[in-house]
Amino acid sequence: MQFFKKDILDMESLSVDEITLILDTADRMKEISERPIKKVPTLRGKTVVLFFYEPSTRTRTSFDIAAKRLSADSISISASSSSMVKGETLIDTARNLEAMNPDVIVIRHSSAGAPHMLAGMIKPSIVNAGDGMHAHPSQSLLDLMTVRENKGEISGLRIAVIGDISHSRVARSNSIGFTKMGAHVILAGPLTMIPKGIEALGVSVTGNVEEAIRDADVIMMLRIQKERQQNFLFPSEREYSIVYGLTKEKLKKAKDNVLIMHPGPINRGVEIAYDVADGPYSIILDQVTNGVAVRMALLYLVTGGARNADAD
Amino acid sequence: MLMRIKGGRVIDPGNLDGIMDILIADGNIVEIKKEGFADDEYPEARIIDASDKIVTPGLIDMHVHLREPGHEYKETIETGCLSAAFGGFTAICCMPNTNPVNDCRQVTEYILQKAQAADSVRVYPVAAISKGLKGDGLCEYAELKEAGAIAVSDDGNPVQNSQLMRRALEYSKGFDLPVISHCEDLDLAAGGAMNEGGVATQLGLGGIPNASESIMVMRDIALCELTGVPVHIAHVSTRESVRAIKDAKKRGIPVTAETAPHYFSITDGAVKEYNTNAKMYPPLRSDQDREAVCQGIADGTIDVIATDHAPHSFIEKQVEFDRAANGIIGLETSVSLSLKLVENGVISMEVLVEKMSTNPARILGLENNLLIGRPADITIIDPERSHRVNADNFKSLSRNTPFDGWDMKGKAVLTMVGGKIIYQEQY
Repeated sequence: MQFFKKDILDMESLSVDEITLILDTADRMKEISERPIKKVPTLRGKTVVLFFYEPSTRTRTSFDIAAKRLSADSISISASSSSMVKGETLIDTARNLEAMNPDVIVIRHSSAGAPHMLAGMIKPSIVNAGDGMHAHPSQSLLDLMTVRENKGEISGLRIAVIGDISHSRVARSNSIGFTKMGAHVILAGPLTMIPKGIEALGVSVTGNVEEAIRDADVIMMLRIQKERQQNFLFPSEREYSIVYGLTKEKLKKAKDNVLIMHPGPINRGVEIAYDVADGPYSIILDQVTNGVAVRMALLYLVTGGARNADAD
Repeated sequence: MLMRIKGGRVIDPGNLDGIMDILIADGNIVEIKKEGFADDEYPEARIIDASDKIVTPGLIDMHVHLREPGHEYKETIETGCLSAAFGGFTAICCMPNTNPVNDCRQVTEYILQKAQAADSVRVYPVAAISKGLKGDGLCEYAELKEAGAIAVSDDGNPVQNSQLMRRALEYSKGFDLPVISHCEDLDLAAGGAMNEGGVATQLGLGGIPNASESIMVMRDIALCELTGVPVHIAHVSTRESVRAIKDAKKRGIPVTAETAPHYFSITDGAVKEYNTNAKMYPPLRSDQDREAVCQGIADGTIDVIATDHAPHSFIEKQVEFDRAANGIIGLETSVSLSLKLVENGVISMEVLVEKMSTNPARILGLENNLLIGRPADITIIDPERSHRVNADNFKSLSRNTPFDGWDMKGKAVLTMVGGKIIYQEQY
């Protein structure tokens, strides 16, 4: 199968076949990171710009390592070092970058839709590394990869996603991604954090965490942001952790071989108890490892790697 | 100079309806004759053939943002007037959120001077309710009225303080200045970029709930009831607002309301693909709301169609959706979009004229009927004229419309103010 997408913008625009191809490619890429010499020449001569308008350590480092392991030249730009602090618009900044002929622009932006806007206006491939509350496709793909790796297949699984669904691009992308691959997604959290109309994504919604956890194959906890208290979304970390935090006690209701996931960064003792985060069911660090493999696959596929290989 | 508008269907609700000729001399209507004049009656008169067309008292858009003073790169008073004339309007009310704000005699007079120089449509300045639109003190209404203000409104910066709103209603009554209320609870709307609902959730954009509007509509109805002073609700967008206004009217409370063509033409689905030309306050709502607005227009709950013409340049619109400016332009598409209501059987042509001329005139205290001796402010509409909207041809300085490229049937083809033709399409 060939991959013809120029951009990776969200999970909605990827077909089941495309997602499967990305995951299969990532499975193969994973081995490169386990070699003593962790580098292949596949993307030699390609330029990848990491345009991070919003702070990020994990995702940026992951894309950076992915590019370097494939021998692409990667350049990082952050909001504070770009001309945007001088008042340049996003489109002007992007057009200037385009004029230097990069092959891929990986963008993280606080505004939903920013990657879509650029994809329609400039030539290089756009890979969305998270836009506002909208989408985080590479995170969803690495989550799919990690679940598939551990469970064999995704179809038929019960996936509980718990926390601030409203503000989470990870929850949205995983709702779409896991549902598309045949899993059943249950979203849970205080009703202040459940956005209107989310059921349209084909997911179930509950305000009761125990109900979401019951018989779950996978439990994905989301980071709770302290500043959300100011919007009256929850009264205190104390009460949040008691009612919505994942503890060993609550975990008993899940399936025996349940997997615990978290997109990070985690607030230990708030949304997830210490012993659960480090416990036997946790695959939180596997997610990070697979993140590099998935991002290698994405960079490879959008630059036409698969097409070139077929041509050879 | 004599002019004869010949053979059109003249519709002036409550006054005239039928095929007739209108004779204009020196800018005023001097004779109206059913079945028309004989060809030798006024041989020297210039003839404007209006056969198969609708002749109405001049259309009034009571909700327009001219960006002068302060943001002349978006729109000037002159270009705004041209845009209005092109759209078939003979009079517009301009909102006070300019820079400086129209909250004092000097700004009101400046606007009127510029409008006079433009020598086009009539411009009626709406002054601010509160000084600087800050919501913490009344403007000097006596002086504003004397300077030429026609109404007061804190449009764009809605009054949050209910006590101030109450006092504005009571105090304005002394000067016959109608109060136009932009109803929005800013706390409920905070962080929102579009209508709350499935589309916002999927796009990952902050939502603005219907209640942020209706809660303030209900407050203003309560204050209207308390004070007995009329209040005019601007740009109604939700079904709850329509219901509240309908109930209030039934109880005899003197509330009036307007909506804009975009609220009865499109829904929040238009925001998909992050279209910043579908971003405005209040936001485009669901289809249920759109239908309720149509129903409100049909049953008389909504008195007026006004555009909320809000020009913005590419600089404010070609940016990330949540950072884009709110508002779309409407003067040049309003008649065509409103004619769709007639074509779809929602309202009759006569009711359309009420919503776009008779009712705004009544609410603002303007005399606008087609009567002998009155200045000839007249719009001629060709309900059959097919055309495609092309924003590049707009007279407005701005291009921010979601209706670019739409195929329309019907438009204004002639606009006349005081007997002077300020816009005429070749036909």
